[in-house]
Parts: sequence; structure tokens; C-alpha cells
Amino acid sequence: MLDDTPSKTKPLVAVDNLKMHFPIYGGLLRRRTGEVKAVDGVSFDIFEGETLGLVGESGCGKSTVGRALLRLYELTDGTVKIDDYDIAHASPEALRKMRPTMQMIFQDPQASLNPRMTVADIIGEPLREHDTGSKLEREDRVLELMDQVGLNRDFANRYPHEFSGGQRQRIGIARALALNPKFIVCDEPIAALDVSIQAQVVNLLEELQDSLGLTYLFISHDLSMVRHIADRVAVMYLGRIVELAPREEIYSDPLHPYTKALLSAVPEPDPSIESKVERVILTGDVPSPSNPPKGCNFCTRCPSVMDVCKQIEPTFQEVRPGRYLACHLFEDTAQITDESAANGAG
Amino acid sequence: MTEPVPATPIAEPVEIRKPARSQWWDVWDQFRSHTGAFWGMVVFLIIVLAVLFGPFLWHIDPTYIDIRARNQGPSLAHPMGTDQLGRDTFARMMSGGRVSLAVGMTAMLLALVLGTLIGVLAGYFKRLDGPLMRLTDLFLALPLLPLLLVIIMLFREVLSARFGPEGGIFILMVSAIGITSWMQTARIVRGDVLALKEREFVLAARSIGTPNRRMVTRHVLPNVLSPIMVSATLGIATAIITESSLSFLGLGFPPDFPTWGRLLFDSVDYLQQSPARVIWPGMAISMTVLAVNYMGDGLRDALDPRIRGR
Repeated sequence: MLDDTPSKTKPLVAVDNLKMHFPIYGGLLRRRTGEVKAVDGVSFDIFEGETLGLVGESGCGKSTVGRALLRLYELTDGTVKIDDYDIAHASPEALRKMRPTMQMIFQDPQASLNPRMTVADIIGEPLREHDTGSKLEREDRVLELMDQVGLNRDFANRYPHEFSGGQRQRIGIARALALNPKFIVCDEPIAALDVSIQAQVVNLLEELQDSLGLTYLFISHDLSMVRHIADRVAVMYLGRIVELAPREEIYSDPLHPYTKALLSAVPEPDPSIESKVERVILTGDVPSPSNPPKGCNFCTRCPSVMDVCKQIEPTFQEVRPGRYLACHLFEDTAQITDESAANGAG
Repeated sequence: MTEPVPATPIAEPVEIRKPARSQWWDVWDQFRSHTGAFWGMVVFLIIVLAVLFGPFLWHIDPTYIDIRARNQGPSLAHPMGTDQLGRDTFARMMSGGRVSLAVGMTAMLLALVLGTLIGVLAGYFKRLDGPLMRLTDLFLALPLLPLLLVIIMLFREVLSARFGPEGGIFILMVSAIGITSWMQTARIVRGDVLALKEREFVLAARSIGTPNRRMVTRHVLPNVLSPIMVSATLGIATAIITESSLSFLGLGFPPDFPTWGRLLFDSVDYLQQSPARVIWPGMAISMTVLAVNYMGDGLRDALDPRIRGR
């Protein structure tokens, strides 16, 4: 069951109850009038060498999770441990020392490269910031990295605008690899690319993972691509993870109603099957993350909503080995939950 | 930004490393191919060389009074004519140009440094934004000419006593013009920095662990170069003209000390008799400003790698 999940190894990344709330200022005096709960209590582990796919619709907080993991934002609450270092509460100087362990690949390869720096400078920036070696050694390392991601060495002194989207993304990947990181957050690395280029970049990421033993958090809304690359998949809805399971299981047997709806939206290439597929169509819109519904976040749109869903928040727990879920439908002890809800509410 | 990479000779064995061409050569190539910028630079160099070395070749003292030769038109002895006291206008133009150019450039540099510093600090550090921008608004709201007059009244004597009449006035003029003209730059730079700060490459640099000061020098400043260049070129013009107005009001350099602005305003009284006397300093100011503007334009294009290739 857990054949392709290296769950025996220790988690490289341990996220516990991560919360990321952005304040809203309003009114005449610009007082704090509320907050956008972009990420609201997310917990998961990523094991060494695996790829965790993080999927969900636009605005559900995927990218925020990715950025919070590297502490590009100041967390509201929760802890993030990468390689046993607590990232969330590290001092700026300590954090800077930890930066080489964790890197990020960005969504828009155009926007993530400084237009006024040459490729060699962009890839070499992490090397200049953290140590390392003489100028000549750094240059050699830059050229080596360019080979590694399949960029021609002659391009070293060119500027980002002279490259195609796929090549720019390779530059971004080379920069992320420069410091030999263990963990890379891929924030929709293929969303801005052509389909043909997407495959190249994903294959490159897979090759690099095999040769360098990298661990990825692969954020995407492209479910088929996640199925291709991820070992385990986490599904997010409105700032929370609703389901986390090994890839094959989640695609063949989704448990959470939202996961079912999400997966049924994947187009089927065969038209004869496509016409027979029954789609789960969700009605309504995603509630505002500044004012999420009481109880389960998904209760406003869930096709199998129950009374309990509108009252209490389901807990994120392991319902089967390796499968984590936050849904009352699968909380085997419904009455106990009811009681505890009554206690908790009272 | 980037240090020029040392060029390794091509003949080096084994490793064929392309000799990295310093990007300043690219900048120079692009600058040269910009016609306006090139001619602007030629004109500017001519003016600068003329005011620097002209007095060594043209021996008439700009303050020498020859009352019998007053109000003359252009002649071989006086190529630009003489003024109402018979002083040679050509000599006065050259020595006046030294002062005007020096004041213009120094005041512009001061305003630029101040404006960029305040703009970058306000845009980059959220906590400083409010106070610094209110300070900018405050300076913008001040009526500048009266303020300049007060500054000069208050400090002229002190500085003259300290640095001599000319040096003191020079420092006073430069700092007075500089600290009253940085606001536009600061506002423009702040706006650009605010937009730039949200770009992903800044986030990428933060994920690398680049500290703030290098973030500013490596990622922010090079990208706000365009508006800075533009306000720099406009700043020289404004500084020369402000100096002229102050000289006109009798608050700049002493009356017998020629500057282009002083020459211009002295000539206004004789506009009917000898209109040429107004044209010489007017033309010098306009040519300088125009040349600097074109140079700034070319330099801005040359420093932008996206435009450079074309």
C-alpha cells in the first residue's frame, strides 16, 4: 500500500499547524478590521527524497504555504521544521545560514529573474551570498550548473530577456540548485510554460531529483502533472488541507467530496469515455478566506453535507494507513465527535 | 551590480572559457549608436573644455574694465562684444561657465543622492515610508524662493568668513539648491521601488538570503536607474536656472563675479541696445541643458539590457 512512499525514513520537512493570516486595514483610520486567513492550520510532513504534490484551486493558499515554508512571510502561528531546524522562529542571521538547505523555483520565470543581471550573475548570486570559493571556482560552478540544467555555456553572459520561457525556467532551476539544497519548493514551476516545454521542465526536475536526492514540494493546479511527478498528494481548499494520500490511492479512490469534484474535472482524452463520465459539479463560489464558514470550510458547497459539518470543524486525521482526511463522513466515531463538539462548543 | 569579470585569454589551454566582455563596453557601444546622445556628449565636452581651458588661451581678464570700449558688438578683439563697462563678454562667459557648470552638477548630484536615498528608504522599508514621505510633502509645500532667500541671508556671512567669499557662496548655493530640489526624485524613486519590491526576483533574492543592503544595491537600484537618470538630467538644468534667479535677485555670487545667470540678467537692461548680449549666456545655458538631456536619454537606454541589444 505504501510501496512508493518512503515513510520509513524521517521527515525532512515537518509542518505543524501552520497559519498565515494577512491583516486587512480599512476605515477612515486604517484600523485593522479583519484578516485574510490564507492558510489556516495546515500540518503535513515531507519525507526525504519524496515529492509532495500540493493541489487546489486558485486562491486556496497553495503558494502561501510554499512561501511560508521558506519563511518568505512571517508566520502567524505554527512551526516549520526543515532538517530539524525550526525555520519559523529562527533569528534572521540563523535563518540566513539555513537558506542553502531550502530553495524555491518560482512560477513566472520572467518575473523571477532580475532583468539587469546576466545569467552568470543570477545563477552565481547564491554562491556569492553564501561563501563560497574564489571567483574562478564560482564561475566554474555556474558553468557546471548550466550544464546540469541543459543550458548552453555560451549563454552565460546574456540577459534573461534573450531567452525563451523554458530556458528562463532552467535558469531559475539552476539558481535554486546552486547551493546544493535538500528541499526545493516548486511554486507552479510549469504553469507559465507551453505544454511541450512543461514536459521538458518536469523531466528535468525528475532527473535532478534522482541524481541529487532532492525533496520537492510541488505546487500546481495541473492535476495530471502532479499525478506524473508526485509521490503523495495533498489537496487544499480554502487555507486547509482536506486530504493527503499517496498518489495512486488519491487518484483511483478519492475520499473527500472536494477531491472527488476536483478529480472529476480532469478532462478525459478518449471522447467515448469522456461522454460517459459523470462530473461532480460544485455549485456556488469559494467563500471568502476573510470570513470562512463555521464548521467545515467546504460545507457551503459539499454535495454530501450533514448537519454536523455546519457546526464543527472536522479534524485532520489518519483514516487509513497513510491517508489523512478532514471530513465528518469518514470520522468513524460520529457520535463521539458530536459529544466532543457539544463540549467544545459549550 | 556586477564586477567586470577578468578576461581570460582565449589561447588558454584545455578549458575554453569565453573571455567575458565587460558589460561597460556594451553600454559604451549602445551609447555611441544613440545619435542624440553622442552629439549631446560632443557638445557638452566642447562646452566643458572651453570653460576649463579657454581662460588659459584667452588672456583678457573677465573683470578688466575698459570704459572706452563699452557696449561694443562682436569684433575680432572681442568675439562676443563687451558689456556696459567694457568688460570682454567672451572671457566672462568662460569664467561664468565654470561656476554655473560646477554649481549645476554639484547641486544635481546632491539632490540626486538625497532623493534616491530617501526614495529607496521610503519605498523599501515600510516603517520609514510614512515619516519620510511626509517630510517630502513638507519640503514640496514650502515656497522655495523665499526659503532660499532666508537660507542665504542666514548663512552667507558665516560661510564666507569660513571658506572665503567665493568658496563660501559656492557651498551655500550648492547645498541650498540641492536640499530644495530632491523631492521629485524621491517621490518617483519611491513609487518605482514599491512596485519593484513585489516582483518575484526580489522574493527569489530573499529566499537566497540576500541581506537588505545588497538587495537594494543589486536588485533595486539598477532597476530604478531610468527615472534617476531622467531626473538627473533635468536637475542640472533646474540647478543652473535656480542659480541664475538667485544671482538676479542679488543673493547669489557677488555682482562682479560672473556666472551665466548673472550675465543673462545683467544684459536684460541693455536688451534694446545690444540684444546679442542676452543671446550668448542664454544659448550657453540652453545648449548645456539640451546636451545633458540627450546624454541622459542615451545613458538610460544604454544601461537597460533589454534595449541595448537593438
